[in-house]
Amino acid sequence: MTERNSWFRRHRKTAVPYLLALPAVVWLIALFLIPLVVMLVKSLETCSPITGSCEMAWNWSIFHLEWSMFHKQFFTSLRYAGIATVIDLLLAFPIAYFIAFFSGRRKNFFLLMLLVPFFISFVIRTIIWQFLLSNSGIVLTVLRDLHLVGADYRILGTSTAVIAGMAYNYLPFTALPLYVSLERIDSSILDAGADLYAGKVMRFVKVVLPLCIPGIFAAFLLTFIPALGDYVNQQVLGGISNTMIGTIIQNLFLVNANYPGGSALSAILMGVSLIGILAYAKIVGTKSIGEYL
Amino acid sequence: MALDLNAPPPPRRQRKVRWLRVYSWLLIGYLTVPIAAMVIYSFNQVEGGIPQVSFTWNGFTTKWYQQWSEIPGLTDSFWLSIRLALAATAIATVLGTLLALALVRYSPRQFKGKGLIDQTLFMNIAAPEIVMGASLLGLFASLHFARGFVTLLLSHAVFSIAYVTVTVRARLTGFDGRLEEAAGDLGAKPLTTFWLVTLPLITPGVMAGALMAFALSLDDFVASNFVSGSQLPFPVWVYGATRIGIPPQVFVFGTFIFLFGLGCAVLSVVLARRQPTHGRVSTGL
Repeated sequence: MTERNSWFRRHRKTAVPYLLALPAVVWLIALFLIPLVVMLVKSLETCSPITGSCEMAWNWSIFHLEWSMFHKQFFTSLRYAGIATVIDLLLAFPIAYFIAFFSGRRKNFFLLMLLVPFFISFVIRTIIWQFLLSNSGIVLTVLRDLHLVGADYRILGTSTAVIAGMAYNYLPFTALPLYVSLERIDSSILDAGADLYAGKVMRFVKVVLPLCIPGIFAAFLLTFIPALGDYVNQQVLGGISNTMIGTIIQNLFLVNANYPGGSALSAILMGVSLIGILAYAKIVGTKSIGEYL
Repeated sequence: MALDLNAPPPPRRQRKVRWLRVYSWLLIGYLTVPIAAMVIYSFNQVEGGIPQVSFTWNGFTTKWYQQWSEIPGLTDSFWLSIRLALAATAIATVLGTLLALALVRYSPRQFKGKGLIDQTLFMNIAAPEIVMGASLLGLFASLHFARGFVTLLLSHAVFSIAYVTVTVRARLTGFDGRLEEAAGDLGAKPLTTFWLVTLPLITPGVMAGALMAFALSLDDFVASNFVSGSQLPFPVWVYGATRIGIPPQVFVFGTFIFLFGLGCAVLSVVLARRQPTHGRVSTGL
C-alpha cells in the first residue's frame, strides 16, 4: 500500500461529514451568501451615466438617496405586513388550537385543508381574489345587496385589498408553527394546572401561551418577512397609493435597470429582516425552524 | 399527547369545542374559496373575440379542457416549469439529504462549522425572497451570465436545498444508529449498509423533502421573475398575462396542478399513517 493511500484510509472516517456537506455548502455559498455580498458591493458603487460602467466607491450616498425617495413605501410595507401578520395570528390561533387538542381522528384532514391555498399557484390565487374583490365580484355584490356598504364602495385598489390578499396567502405559514407548538403541550401539564386550582383562563394564560411562544415567534417570522417583501398582492390587488417597497425594488431592477438603487433598497430590507432573524436565532435557536415547516 | 377523546367531556368544554369546530370549518371554507372559483370558472364559457377569463357565468363548457394546449406560450411555460421543478428537485434532494446526514450524524466536534451551516440554512429560509431574487440577478448580471433555464435552475435549487435539509433533518432525529452498526457487524460494507439500511429508513423524510422542493419550484414567482429572462416559467407567464387578459386555459392548468398536489398530499398522509412510528404528520409539502 502506498503512502498516500494509508493517509487516505486514516483520514477517511473524519472526512466523511465534510464530504457529505461539501456540495450543498458550496452551492449555498456561491448562490446565497456571495450574491448578498455582491448586492451590498453593488449598492456602494458609482456608475458613470455616460459609459454605464460602474466602479467601487464606498459611496453610501445611494442609500441616503433611495431612502429619502422611498422611505414612505418602506413604512407602508412595514405597516401592511404587520397588520396582515396580526390578523393571521388571530385567525390561525383558534384553528391551530382546535386541531392540536380537539380534532381527533380528523387531524390529518384538517392539516391538509390548512395547506389547501398552497395547492394552487400563488399568482393564480391572487388573481382570483382580484376578481372576487372587484366591483362586480361576489364579495361586493353580496355586501351591496345586504346594504352593508354603499353603491360606490370599492375594495380593489385599496390597502384593505392588499392586506386581505396577504392575510389569505400567508395564513398557512402562521397556522402550522402555531399548531406544532400547541400540539407539543403535554395535556398532563394542563391537568396539573387544574389540580392547582388554576381556572380555564389562568391555565390558558399561564400554561398554554408561554409554552407556545416559540411557535408564535416562528409564525410571526414566517409570515411577516415574506409579507414585508411582497409585491404580487400589492400589484394585483392594490393601486398606486399603496405602493410597497417590493414593487419599488422590482421596478428598479426589472424596469429601470437601476441596479445600485435596487441593491441599496434590498440591502435595507435584508437588514430589517435580519434583525428579526437574528432575534429568533438568539432566543429560540436556529435548529428549531425545521420543526415548524 | 392529545387529550383523551373517548372520555365524555364536561358539557361546558363541549360547548366551547363546538364553537371552535364551527370556526375551523368556516376558516377552511374561506381558504378553499379561490380554489373552488378556479375549478368552477375553468368550465365557464367566454363571450367575445379573444378568449379571456371572466367571472360572469356564461354557461358550462368543457371547451378549455379540450383545447388545453391551444395557447403556445402557456403550454411552453408549463412544460418549462415541470422540467425546471424536476431538475431543481433532483439537485436539492441529493445535496440537501447529504447535508442533513452530515448535520444529524456528527457532533460539532466531529464536524466543525456545523453551527455556521445551521445559521446559513436558517437565514436562507427566513430571508425575503425578493432580496434573494434581486441579489441573484445582480450576481448573474455582474458575471455577464445570460438569464435562462440555467439561472432559473441554479436559483430554484439554492432555496430548495435549505428546505430539503431541514425537512430531512427533522425526520432523521429519531434515527437509530445501531441498525447500521448491526449491518456492519453482519459483514455489510459501508456502501451496502447505506443502500440496504440507511436509505430505506430515511426515504419517507427524503420524499417529504423532495415533494416540498418540487412544490416550491413549481409555484415560485418572486425569484423566477428576477432571473427568468426570456424563458418564462408558468407563474411568471401567468403574471405577465394579467395585463392583457388571462386565457381560460390558465385555470385548466391550475386545476391540473391542484389535483396533482392534492393527490401527493393525500398519498403522503396515507403513507404517514401506515408507518409504525408515531411520528409527526407530514405537514410540509
